[in-house]
Amino acid sequence: MERIYLDNSATTAVVPEVAKKMAETMEKTWGNPSSVHTIGQEAKQMLDQARSEVADFFGAKPEEIIFTSGGSESDNLAIRGVVESRTWNVERGLPHIITSATEHHAVLHTIEDLEKADLIEAAYIKPDKDGYISPESIEKEIKDNTILVSIIYVNNETGAVVPIKEIGAMIEKQNTEYRIQNTEKILFHTDAVQAIEFMPADVNELGVDLLTFTAHKIHGPKGVGGLYVKKGVKLAQQITGGSQEFNFRAGTENIAGVVGLVEALKLVRQYSSSEQSESRSSDSSRSANRRTRTIKSVEKLRDKLILGIQNNVFDTILNAGGAKRAPHIANISFMNAEGEAIILNLDFLGIAVSSGSACTSRSLEPSHVLSAMGIPPEKTHGAIRFSLSRYTTEKEIDKVIEVLPPIIEKLRKMSPMKNLHV
Amino acid sequence: MNPRNLGEIENADAEAEVGNMRCGDVMKIYLKVGTRNGEQGKSEKYIEDIKFQTLGCAAAIAASSMMTELVKGKTIEDALKVSRDDINEELGILPKQKYHCSILSADAIKKAIEDYQKKSNR
Repeated sequence: MERIYLDNSATTAVVPEVAKKMAETMEKTWGNPSSVHTIGQEAKQMLDQARSEVADFFGAKPEEIIFTSGGSESDNLAIRGVVESRTWNVERGLPHIITSATEHHAVLHTIEDLEKADLIEAAYIKPDKDGYISPESIEKEIKDNTILVSIIYVNNETGAVVPIKEIGAMIEKQNTEYRIQNTEKILFHTDAVQAIEFMPADVNELGVDLLTFTAHKIHGPKGVGGLYVKKGVKLAQQITGGSQEFNFRAGTENIAGVVGLVEALKLVRQYSSSEQSESRSSDSSRSANRRTRTIKSVEKLRDKLILGIQNNVFDTILNAGGAKRAPHIANISFMNAEGEAIILNLDFLGIAVSSGSACTSRSLEPSHVLSAMGIPPEKTHGAIRFSLSRYTTEKEIDKVIEVLPPIIEKLRKMSPMKNLHV
Repeated sequence: MNPRNLGEIENADAEAEVGNMRCGDVMKIYLKVGTRNGEQGKSEKYIEDIKFQTLGCAAAIAASSMMTELVKGKTIEDALKVSRDDINEELGILPKQKYHCSILSADAIKKAIEDYQKKSNR
């Protein structure tokens, strides 16, 4: 059966070029970079080379790139690393972290955990009804003891984009103009896991101190990612042990994984990076045009999908519809049809999507992201997330538009509710 | 996805709707109660027909369908004895977080029979 994969926000297919490069590395460069002999040093060279290339992608210096096992670890390193990096001045109260109620669980649960352990105070900013978080809403929460702001760049469930650059500028202003002397600077972390493929990712332009990224959302392997750590920012080791990764993260380096990550980033640059990073690339204008075309073409297909669904199914809601959204995600609620049932029916036809419904979560809670946006349970009940990739074709989108309406109709016929409208 | 006994019964002898606040699933069932000669020639009331409608996940739909299959043709007394565990077992043991779906369907049949008994005592 032909498979149509529209769950790229969950994970992406590893492309052949990446897999090939990784296999090559595992076969030829398997040494431990900490070893003094040639086999080790060849591995170290490869690691250093990879680090430079990743740094270049982000506009950072090589020593500012720390490799980890992925997004969750990077989020933990950033947040716990900052909190545990020193003893905070208890007179001013516990250190204070500002984050949003729509963060990925790796950030949310980590902060909640620290709060429960009485190590920090935390503020969880609610977005507006479209999932947008304004710099002003964050600024309002800043106190004397605020040490960290952590806000997700592109929301993994709705695709809503947060104005990272503006938030960075606001925090910079707070740090330079309003902070009294001897007060710590506020650090700014963003989980950019969903953003790397299609959004600007230059750390200087974004104005961040810490940035989380991972390989498996950009057609690279699972199990490898990283954290950008601005020079001067101190983090307490979370994986303790040896002194690898400039003492930020112990453990023999995952060279093959890192090579896979680099290869994936190369392809992102080639195909999808935004217009802003075009100027940094040494590619010809022809491939620059191909990059812009790809972001726009993914957006076009995503919008075609939304329109096709809304034209053929009544009582649907495009969640975060009023916000700026990344080009590849569409989160649509279908009234009077349940999310998991929709997923399974699509799966029978070879189409893969995911849902924010309570039935699909292990905790039986509806999506915390949609709930934080004020969307009530009867609307999250039938919420489906479609997430495209740069490889999604128009033919695939047309197929989904064709087969989805009858599925919704069938499920609605099965339902006893006659009055669930938008 | 081919659930049995899907639909409504016009002029049903009893109806019940149950909702599960945990995950927002809703189930409605319709009963047609008939009379027949049972053991030892005694007249007994039984579930002549039963139909259901469900808004919910696959486990909820499966649980309601299975419940209707289990109670159809049973006497009212026997139908009341059908438990969430019976439904669970017939389905082949739902994963832990889907267990509440079998509770929902067990509650539905009990509520429907209650409704019938209330109506027939009038």
